[in-house]
Formats: sequence, C-alpha cells, structure tokens
Amino acid sequence: MVTATSSLPQAEIPAGRKKKTQLTREKIRAAWIFLTPMILVLLAVAAWPLIRTIWLGFTDARLSVPGSGQWIGFENYLFWLDYGDGEGEWIGLLADPTWWRAVWNTVYFTVIAVSIETLLGLLVALVLNAQFAGRGFVRAAILVPWAIPTIVSAKMWDWMLNDQFGILNDMFMTLGLISAPIAWTSSPDTAMAAVIMVDVWKTTPFMALLILAGMQMLPGDVYEAAKVDGIHPVKVFFKVTLPLIKPAIMVAVIFRMLDSLRIFDLIYVLTPNNAQTVTMSVYARQHLFDFDNFAYGSAASTLLFLIIAGITIVYIYAGRVNLSGDK
Amino acid sequence: MSGRQKKLLQQLGLWVLIVIISVYALFPFYYAIITSFKSGSAIFQVTYWPTDFSLANYWGVLAQGRFPRNIFNSIVVSFAVVVLSLLLAVTAAYALARVRFQGRGILLFTILSVSMFPQIAVLAGLFEMVRGLGLYNNLLSLILAYMIFTLPFTVWVLTTFMRDLPIELEEAAIVDGAKPHQIIFQVFMPLMWPALVTTGLLAFIAAWNEFLFALTFVSNDAQRTVPVAIALLSGATEQEIPWGPIMAASVIVTVPLVILVLIFQRRIVAGLTAGAVKG
Repeated sequence: MVTATSSLPQAEIPAGRKKKTQLTREKIRAAWIFLTPMILVLLAVAAWPLIRTIWLGFTDARLSVPGSGQWIGFENYLFWLDYGDGEGEWIGLLADPTWWRAVWNTVYFTVIAVSIETLLGLLVALVLNAQFAGRGFVRAAILVPWAIPTIVSAKMWDWMLNDQFGILNDMFMTLGLISAPIAWTSSPDTAMAAVIMVDVWKTTPFMALLILAGMQMLPGDVYEAAKVDGIHPVKVFFKVTLPLIKPAIMVAVIFRMLDSLRIFDLIYVLTPNNAQTVTMSVYARQHLFDFDNFAYGSAASTLLFLIIAGITIVYIYAGRVNLSGDK
Repeated sequence: MSGRQKKLLQQLGLWVLIVIISVYALFPFYYAIITSFKSGSAIFQVTYWPTDFSLANYWGVLAQGRFPRNIFNSIVVSFAVVVLSLLLAVTAAYALARVRFQGRGILLFTILSVSMFPQIAVLAGLFEMVRGLGLYNNLLSLILAYMIFTLPFTVWVLTTFMRDLPIELEEAAIVDGAKPHQIIFQVFMPLMWPALVTTGLLAFIAAWNEFLFALTFVSNDAQRTVPVAIALLSGATEQEIPWGPIMAASVIVTVPLVILVLIFQRRIVAGLTAGAVKG
C-alpha cells in the first residue's frame, strides 16, 4: 500500500479520497503551525524595521530630540528651500552632491571589484577543477580568507598596507614597482584601490567555489568527445565550458554584487574619513548616528534599498537566473 | 616540442598557479601570525619569516582589558543564534519542502528576498525597536537582529535538503500513525545531521563575524562582541595604533574559525553552493 501511494504522492486516489483530503487538510494545518514562528520572527526583524525605516525617511526624526518624528513628506529627498527673497536652493538627498558621490563610489567599487573577482574566481575554479595531489589542501586554503571576519581582514591588510612599516610597500619597493612608500589607505588616490584589493582577496574564494560547483556538474562525455575530436582546450573552454557554467557564474555574480552594493564593514575600518570611499551604507550610517540626522539617514537607507531591489529585479529578469531551485 | 614536453610544461604551469593561489590566500593570515609574536620595536621591522616568539601581545590582550569578556559575548551570541535559527528553520523547512499548500511559492520567494536585504535598510527601524524594547546594550538585541540573515539562509538550505529525502519514509511514518512533528523530529532529524551541521556552521560564522548591528546596538565596552572590540582597539593617539595586540586579537578570534573550516570544508562548500546552483 505504501508503494502504491508513494508513486502518486499528489494524485487523488478515488477509493480513499475522503481520508486523503482529510489527511491533507491536517497536514496543511500543521504546516502553517510550523511556519508561524519563523514568519513572526521575520516580520519582527525584517518587515517591520523596513517599513519603519521607510516611514522615518518621511519624518524629521532626530535621536537627540525625544518625541521628534513629524511627517514632512519628501523634504528629506528633495525640497525647495525658499529664502523668501525670490532666491532659494534645492536641498535634500537627491540634491546632495555627497550622496551622489557615495552612489558613484559604491557603483564604481561594485563594478571593478566584482569583475576582478569573477575573472580570478574563474581562474581559481579552473585550477581547482584539475586533478592534482593536494587539491583538498588548496581548497581549504582558499576558504581561509572567506572565513576570516571582515574586520580582522581589514585590520590585517591595514597593517600590511601601512605606509611606514607595511610589508606591501617593502615588497613593491624591492621589486622596483614603486620608488617611494605609498600611504595606501589614507591617500585619496589609492584608498579605493586598497579597499578593492582587500575585498578581492576576501571574496574571490566564494566566487571560485560557486563557479567550481557549476563546473563539477558538467557532463564528462562532452570533454571526452572534444578530446577525441582533437579540439584545442582553449576553444573547448570558450565554446563548451563557459556557456555551460554561465548560470553558475550569473548566480555567483548576483550574490557578490548584492554584497558589494551594501559594503560597510571593510570601509568603516580600512579607510574611515576618506571621501573617496564613502559608500551608500557608510553615508546612511553617518547620517543616522554620527550627524544626528536619523530621518535623513533613513531616507538614504530607503534609497539604497530601492536601488538594490531594482538592480536585483533587472538582473534576474535580464539573465533569467533561476534562483528558486525548482526545475 | 614533443607531446611529452608539452604535457610537462602544462603540469609546471598548473603547479605555479597552485602555489600562487595558496600563497595569495594564506599570506595575510601568516603575516598576522608572525607579527603577533613580535614585541617592542621588532614589530616595525619588516620580515618575511618568523623571527620572534614573544607572547607579550597575547598576554596583553588576554590578561588585561575586556577582550576575554568580548570573546565570551561573541560565543554566547553565536551559539544562541545557531540554536534559535535551526529550531525555527527545521520545522519551517518541513512545511515548505513536504507540504503543498497555497502561498508556498510566494513564501519561499519572500524568504529569499529577505536574505538579499541590505542590512542598512533595516538599521534605523531595528534600532528604534531595540531601544523601544529596552534591549540597547543587551546581547539579546544582537541575537534577535541576526535572525534577519541566518534564518532565510537556514530555511532555504534545509528546505532544499528536505525536498530530496525519500517520500517513502514519510509515507511509512504516516501509515504508522505518526504526527507531523514526530515525522520531523523522529524520522527526518536523524537523516538531517549533515545539513544541520552545515547550516549551523555557516550561521555561526556569520554571527561571529557580524559588525554593523554589533557596532550600532551596543555601545558599552563590556557588552561588545569581538569584531567591534578589534575595530575599536586603539592607542593613546592616532599615531600609536597597537598593531601587536590587534594582530594577536585577530589571530585569537580567527584560529577557531580556520580550524572549523579545515575540519568541515566539504560541508561548508556544500552549504555555500546549495540552493545557488541546484536545479
């Protein structure tokens, strides 16, 4: 009897129809009871705070002023400040050059860092996909940067990038790449490069492992056939491997992109107070807590949320990325 | 060039790449370790190989100040987060993987979108809530807040795992009169240890490493977690950054993670890639 029903798990069986539906109903009720605690927690820590953040963006809330939080509409976003003498100026987030600077910094960082990580990740995945003794060791080794807390990796690199005592300047000078020590993290010219350097080191492993997982699901017979036909490995890579692992790369890229767009920790520790590396998250938090501008910071957070949501939707739609795992 | 020479050259190229990748991945951590063993002015001497074996920095970090307390805080928060998210996720995953009900697709999609939330988007609202509940400077605020990134992920991975468990087991249990909670905890749980270990481990690492919430919801030195404590370790002036103690503290909090990674690397890789490339 068990096997008879198991082959048709969802189908209705006329004889036991009544019992089946009752069982199903009971099961669905149990399902909702099981789901309720999780849904309640997610409502409390995700949905409600998000709604409140969006709401606060339309108020004049300040942490230093108890009871503040009057509705002021779109004034945090864009507002014509009339001087009363016919003159005036646009103020608010959308008219704030520092905000647009932060948007630009974030996008710039994301595009450069994720591109490098994708290329390096692909290379590392290709190497790890080859058969060699000690493969397990290398795979474990590349997991180390991934596991190290971002704050710790920022501090480790901060020390390596130190202008006077850093090993990186020492290395580059020995190799003759630079003639004088560079103040990597404090100089406006190199601060972003330093951030990208650390981010690439820390997150390429994740990229590589996702791409590797995609590679390992490829059918081996395709490669056998290509080998028999004597097709050059480089051609095989571009004509066979790359198209087949494209879905895996797309998924890895979107995960990394979403992460980069909200980058905060690394910049907060590695290049604080550097206008060249203030990203949207850093900007929002500064206004929320450092500049006593809770409402304005909330508005910035809301915009960041909208930007990320927008990019995600476009990307998933354009790339037809199958995130659901359903076939 | 003969075929054999060509093959040899390919092998050589592969090994050069392997060495470069390994050194690149491990060098910063290695350098932090050798720096942490240097004391006094030796620290300002760039060396590529270990030269000193002084424990002064470790002693300074562990015996003075609040760092041991910070480690304790991180352990409490991370374990609580793992237990709570696994508990909530196992039952939810059963419902999502094994029961067909209306709204299942939407629910799964919503859970997935929560995992893509930028943390900053909920920061203001969460801060307000934490203060309203009187949880400011309380580790409970972090345990609660961390659910936003551990729970969706845990539910997601456990759902994909449970979906692949054989239906016969469940059918047999139902025939034997088992209730849904018995199916979860007595039939499925014993089979789910691999997935539970993986997701638990990833949740632990995420909670252990979290910075933004920990920085914002706790301002009291005694309640801080490790990442914030390290970020705020500073000397008397800007010029006197205590690099030795910072490196020692970094090594202390990273070594357990590295050991976990080495032991469970297969599980971690499986967990990271689950859901992402499945199907």
